[in-house]
Amino acid sequence: TMKRLFSTSHSSVDSKEMRKFQLLAHKWWDEEGEYSALHSMNDIRVPFIRDTLLNMSSNYHLGTPLSGVKILDVGCGGGLLSEPLGRLGASVTGIDPLEDNIRTADQHKSFDPVLAKRIQYKSSSLEEIVEECMETFDVIVASEVVEHVADLEMFIKCCSQVLKPEGSLFITTINKTQLSYVLGIVVAEKMIGIVPEGTHEWEKFVPPEELEHILESNGFTVKSVNGMLYNPLSGSWSWMESTSVNYAMHAVKSGARGQSSPGDAPSETEGEQPSATAGTTM
Amino acid sequence: RAPLGLVAAAAPLYDVVVSGGGMVGSALAAVLGHDIHFHDKKIALLEAGPRKEYDRMPDSYSNRVSSISPGSATLLSSFGAWDHVCSLRLKPFRRMQVWDACSEAMIVFEKDDLDDMGYIVENDVIMSALTKQLDAVADRVEVFYRSRAVGYTWPLPSHSCDTSPWVQIELADGRRLQTKLLIGADGHNSVVRKEAEIKTIEHRYDQSAVVATLHLSEATDNNVAWQRFLPTGPIALLPLSDTASSLVWSTSHEHASELLAMDEEGFVDSINSAFWSNVNHSDFIDTAGAMFRSAISLLKPSGTAVRQLPPSVAKVDPGSRAMFPLGMGHATEYVQHRVALIGDAAHRVHPLAGQGVNLGFGDIACLAHHLSAAAFNGSDLGSLKHLLKFETERQRHNVSLIAATDVLKRLYSTRLAPLVLLRTWGLQATNALPPVKVRI
Repeated sequence: TMKRLFSTSHSSVDSKEMRKFQLLAHKWWDEEGEYSALHSMNDIRVPFIRDTLLNMSSNYHLGTPLSGVKILDVGCGGGLLSEPLGRLGASVTGIDPLEDNIRTADQHKSFDPVLAKRIQYKSSSLEEIVEECMETFDVIVASEVVEHVADLEMFIKCCSQVLKPEGSLFITTINKTQLSYVLGIVVAEKMIGIVPEGTHEWEKFVPPEELEHILESNGFTVKSVNGMLYNPLSGSWSWMESTSVNYAMHAVKSGARGQSSPGDAPSETEGEQPSATAGTTM
Repeated sequence: RAPLGLVAAAAPLYDVVVSGGGMVGSALAAVLGHDIHFHDKKIALLEAGPRKEYDRMPDSYSNRVSSISPGSATLLSSFGAWDHVCSLRLKPFRRMQVWDACSEAMIVFEKDDLDDMGYIVENDVIMSALTKQLDAVADRVEVFYRSRAVGYTWPLPSHSCDTSPWVQIELADGRRLQTKLLIGADGHNSVVRKEAEIKTIEHRYDQSAVVATLHLSEATDNNVAWQRFLPTGPIALLPLSDTASSLVWSTSHEHASELLAMDEEGFVDSINSAFWSNVNHSDFIDTAGAMFRSAISLLKPSGTAVRQLPPSVAKVDPGSRAMFPLGMGHATEYVQHRVALIGDAAHRVHPLAGQGVNLGFGDIACLAHHLSAAAFNGSDLGSLKHLLKFETERQRHNVSLIAATDVLKRLYSTRLAPLVLLRTWGLQATNALPPVKVRI
C-alpha cells in the first residue's frame, strides 16, 4: 500500500525537516564529513545504552552483550547507531521516513553478513509501524530525533505503544537555552560548520524539563538525565553535569500492561493519561 | 569480470587478519583470541612457513634467543603462554653489566628488590607456548600455514558505497580472504607496509650479528647479562643455564664472516679476548675515568658498583654459529584505514639494547587494549579513530628508544678520545644516578 509520508497533520514527521536531510543522504558514512560529530557521538551514546541495559539485566553473553535485545532505532538515518548496536548482538529495526537514508543504510550493512542479519531497515514513520508492532521492542533509541519531530507528544505516545512494559527509551537531544542557541546554531552551524547549516531550528529544541513532563504523563519513569558536550577541537564528546546544550535521557515504561487499547489511532485530543502507578490493573 | 557482489560472497570475511606468524604476529592473534570481547569474532593468522611441532625441546639450546622484559612476561601470562614458557625452559637474570672496551667505565643495572630484571628465552620456546595457546582458541583463530599473501586490495574510503569496504587479500595459492582489519606483523621487510605505501626511515648498519651457543669454563650462578662495547661493536653474553650462555656479537661484516669461518678454538679465544683484553685502553682515558670515579664516590658513596668479572668460555656448540645483517628502521606511519603495523614491520632496532621483541610485545599490549575497547563499543574494528590512538601511544614510546639505541650504537663505534671520554663519564654518571637507571 502506498503510505503518505507527508501532509497528514497526525504525523510526527515534519516535511520541511525531511527535505533538509534529503540533500545529505549519501554523506552518512564519511567519518570526516558532515556527520562526523554523530559518528563520534557513538563513543558515548553506545556505552551509555550498553551499560544501562547490562546493569538492568542479569544475562551476559560473552562478546555480544546485547544479545537477545530487540531495539527500535527511530530516525536511524544512515544507520550510524544501528550498526554498533547490531555488532553488540542486538536485533535492530531501524526506521526513517526518508527512503534515501534507508537505501544508504541497507547498502552499508549489506557487506557484513552478521549485520545484514541482525539489522532490518524500513522506510517508515513511527506512527506507521505502531499497529503491527504493539509492545514489540525491549528498547527504543531516539537519538538526535526529537528536535526534528512535528508533534512530540504523539511521538512519545507511539514510543510507549511499541515498547514492551518495563522497556527502555533512550533519547539524546538538544536543550532550548541561550547557550544552545549560541553553541548549537551560531557556532556549530554558521561559524565552524560541524553541523550542516539549517539542520536545526532553535524553536524546536526541547528542554529536559518539558521532555521529562511529557514522558512522565505518558507512562514513563525518567531514570537518568546527563548533559553532553562536544569539543570541536578534538572532535569528541564527553559527559557533563549541565544539560544546557546537549543531553541524554533514559526512561522506563511502566510495568502495567496496555495503557491504551491497541486499536486507537493516536489523537491529539486524547486527554492526559493518568501517571503510571504501581499495581494498576485492567 | 564477475560483478563485485559475487566476488564478495565467495571470499570469507574475517574481523582481523594477522599477516606474519612469528613471535609478534602469533602473540597478537593469541591475545585477541583470548579476549572476551572478541568471543564471537573471526580471526585469521597467515604464516608463510609450515607448522612446527614443538612437542619435545631438544637438549641443546637454539642459537636464537630473546631477552624478555618483565612487561612482556606479563603480557604473555595474560593469555596463559608464560606458564608454558616456564614449564619448558628460560633463564631469569638479576643483573646487567655493561662496560666499555676503551675505558674502565661500567654501568650495572639491578633491581633493588633483587627481582628478576628479565628473562633469556629461546625463540623456539616462545613459539611453542604461543602455538599451544593458539590451539586453545582454534574456534576463533584460524591459522593458515604455508600461506603467503601475494596481493592486497585496499578499500576506498568508507563513504563510497558501491564497492566492498573490506581489505581483499590474495594468497599465493589463489585463495582469497577479506578482512575488516589487516595487521602487518611480517617483519622488517614487511610486504603489508610496502603495499600500503607506508614509507620508512631505514639504515643498514655496517654490521652483522654473530650468534652462537657457548659452554662456560665452569658452572656458576649464571644470572648476569654481560655486554661490552668494543670499537667494532658490542659483544653480549646472555645466560641460558648455569653452564651455558648465548652469544650475540655485533661486528663488521668482514669480522663476522671471519668468526664464522674460524675453527672452534680460535672462535672461543676471540670471545674471551673480547671480554677480557684491555688493549683498547689508553692511559689518558684510564686516568680521566679514575678521577671521575673518585669524584663521584665523594658525592655519592654508593654510586660506584662492584665490578663483577664475566665468565670465561670453554666451548662452542658445533653448528650453532650463524650471522645475520643488522639495520634500523622506523615506519613513518603505523596505521592506515583498516591497516596496522606491529613489531619489526613498524620498527627495527639494533640488538644492543635487547629491546627488539619487547617493543613488539608492547605494541601488542597497546593495540589489543584499543581493539578490545572498540569491540565492546560495537565499533568498526578497522576504523582509524582507535588505530590512531594506538599509533600515537606507541610512536611516542618507540621513537625515543629507537633513536637512543641508534645514538648509542654510533657513540660506541669509535675510539676517538673525546667521544670515549664522553661516553665514559656518561656511563659512570648514569650508573651513579638511580632515577635515570630505573627509566632504562
